[in-house]
Amino acid sequence: MRYSCSVLAALITVAACVAASAQGRTYQLGSAPGEEEIKARDIAISPDGKELPPGSGTAKEGAAIFAQKCAACHGANGNGGGVTRGIVPLGNAKPVKIAFSLVPYATTVWDFINRAMPQSKPGSLTADEVYAATAYVLYRNDIIKETDVLDAKCLPMVKMPNRDNFIPTQPGWKPGEKRPFGYYP
Amino acid sequence: MGSHSHSDRRWFLKRGALVSFMMGAVRSLRGQTPTREKLLKDDLAYGQPSPFDNTIRKTLGQATAVTDTALTTPLQDLDGIITPSGLHFLMDHVKGWPDIDPKEHRLLIHGMVDRPLTYTMDELKRLPSVSRIYFLECNANNRPLRGANGESVQFVHGRTSCSEWTGVLLSVLLNECGVQKEASWIVAEGSDANKYTMSIPLAKAMDDILVAYAQNGEPVRPQQGYPLRLVVPGWEAIRSVKWLSRIKVVDQPYMAWHESGNNADTIPNGKGLWYRFELGPNSVITRPSGGQRLPGRGFYEITGLAWTGGGAVTKVEVSVDGGRSYKVAELQQPVHRYAHTRFRFPWTWNGEEAVLQSRCTDERAEVQPTLAEAAKNLGVSPDYFYQADHFNGIQPWKVSGDGSVQNALFL
Repeated sequence: MRYSCSVLAALITVAACVAASAQGRTYQLGSAPGEEEIKARDIAISPDGKELPPGSGTAKEGAAIFAQKCAACHGANGNGGGVTRGIVPLGNAKPVKIAFSLVPYATTVWDFINRAMPQSKPGSLTADEVYAATAYVLYRNDIIKETDVLDAKCLPMVKMPNRDNFIPTQPGWKPGEKRPFGYYP
Repeated sequence: MGSHSHSDRRWFLKRGALVSFMMGAVRSLRGQTPTREKLLKDDLAYGQPSPFDNTIRKTLGQATAVTDTALTTPLQDLDGIITPSGLHFLMDHVKGWPDIDPKEHRLLIHGMVDRPLTYTMDELKRLPSVSRIYFLECNANNRPLRGANGESVQFVHGRTSCSEWTGVLLSVLLNECGVQKEASWIVAEGSDANKYTMSIPLAKAMDDILVAYAQNGEPVRPQQGYPLRLVVPGWEAIRSVKWLSRIKVVDQPYMAWHESGNNADTIPNGKGLWYRFELGPNSVITRPSGGQRLPGRGFYEITGLAWTGGGAVTKVEVSVDGGRSYKVAELQQPVHRYAHTRFRFPWTWNGEEAVLQSRCTDERAEVQPTLAEAAKNLGVSPDYFYQADHFNGIQPWKVSGDGSVQNALFL
C-alpha cells in the first residue's frame, strides 16, 4: 500500500512536470531548433548593437572594398547614377525628402549592408568587411572620420544626424485609438 | 476567322506582355517559348480570362508597357471587393522574388520566448486556420502626382488590393513558443535576397496578424510571398512581410533599412514622420474615373471602394458637385473589417460639368479629409502631397461637358 502510494505520488509528479513543460504549448507541432541554427539565422541588429559580431574596420579599408564590390552599382565615388542609388547623402541633417537621410541608427546601415549587399551576392561579406564598408559610408557622409575604427562597441555609439528629428504623427497617439479629424497622415 | 485571329493576337500580346515579362527567366531556362498551343493547354489546366478582356496591371507611370515591378491594380476594371490574385498590386523592394520550395521552407520563431520553434509548411497547415478578407495598401498609394501618373485611378490609387487570406493567427504560434513578459516587439524577416525586415509591436502581433499560406483560395502567389507571408490588417502593407521565414521576439523596434530611411516622410521643419502603422480612412470612385469618357447623358451607376485602417467602413458619401453637398451611398454587404468596401450610387448625368468625389467614415468616426484639410492639419501647402508617401485625401474626378473624366485634385 505504501508502495503504490509512492508510485502514485511519482506518477502525479511526472504528470505535473509534463503539464508544466507543455504549458501554453497546445498543439505539440513544430520542432526545437538547435542553438547553431538560431545563431546562424539571427542576423537582425538592434539599435543597441547587442547582436553585432566580433570584427572591425575603418573607412580607409572600406574604400578598397567599396571600389571592388560596391562601385559597380553605387558609382565610383558613391554618388550613384542611372537606376542605382548613391551612398551620399545618407545622413543629411536637413531632410527635405532626401532618400535615406532619415536613417536613425548606424546599426541600421551595418545591418542592411550585411544582409543585402552586394546585390549580386547578398550576405557574402565578412564581418570585418561590413564594418569597413559601413565606416566608409558614414565617413563619406561626414558622420565619422576616415581613421575611426568601427566595431561592436563603437558602432552603436555613432550618432546619425537625424537621430533626434523623428516625431510621431500625432504625439501620444497609440495604435487603435481614434485620431483627430484628418490626422492621417 | 478574322475575329478569331484578332482575338488570338490580342491574347498573345496580352499574355506576351505579362507572361514573358514575369516568367521570361523561367521559360528561357526551360528552353520553351510561349507558343499558342502551349497557352491553350495552360487555359485548360488553369482557366484564363477572355481574350477580349484586357484587365491587366500596369507599371506605375507608364500608360501602356508593363516593364517594371511596381505594378498597379486596375481598380477601374474590377467589381465587388476581391482583387484577383494575379492583379494584386506589387511594389518590389527587393528586385524580384525568390523561388521557394515549400518542402524546404521553415518558419523559425525565437528571441524572447520560452521555447524557440521551427515550423514546416505541413505543420503550419495542421494548426487551426482562419480565413479573413483584408485589404493591403502601400503607404505610397494615393500619391497624387500630376501628369500621366495622375490620370487614372489605377495609377493614383492602384496600390491597394483586397484578398481572402487563409492561414494561422500569429498569436497561436507565439503562444506555442511562450512569449516572455519583457517582450514588446517582433522583428519579421523574409527569405528574399535582401532578407527584408520589419519591426511590429507585439500587441498587434497578438491581436490579428495572420501568417498566411493561401490567397483567394489557392496558395499565395510567388510575387505575394509564396509560400508564407504576414498579413497585418489595416496597417501599411510594408509591414506584411513576404516569404516569411523568421520571427524574432524582442523588446524594441530594430529600425531596419526598409522601415526607416526608406519609409519615413519629412515635413518642412525638418522633422521625420516615423511609424504611422494604421492607414487612414480612404475611398475613391473607380467608375467613372480619370481617363474614361462618358458616351452621353443619362443614367450611370457611380461605384468605388472605401477602406480604413480603423476597422470597418461605416459610411461612404458621394458628391456630384465637388463637395458642396453629399448623399449617402449604398455599401455592399456584408462589410468586413479591414477590407475593401464596395459602394454604389445612382446618378443621372445631365450633360453638364460635374465633379464626382467620395468621402469615407469608419467605425471610429474618423473621416476622410479633403486635400486642403489634410494640408492644414500637417502644416504644409497642398503641393506637399505631390511626393508625400502618406495621403488619404478625397479624390475628385471632373466630368467635362464632352464626357471626358479627369483628375481634379489640383485643378
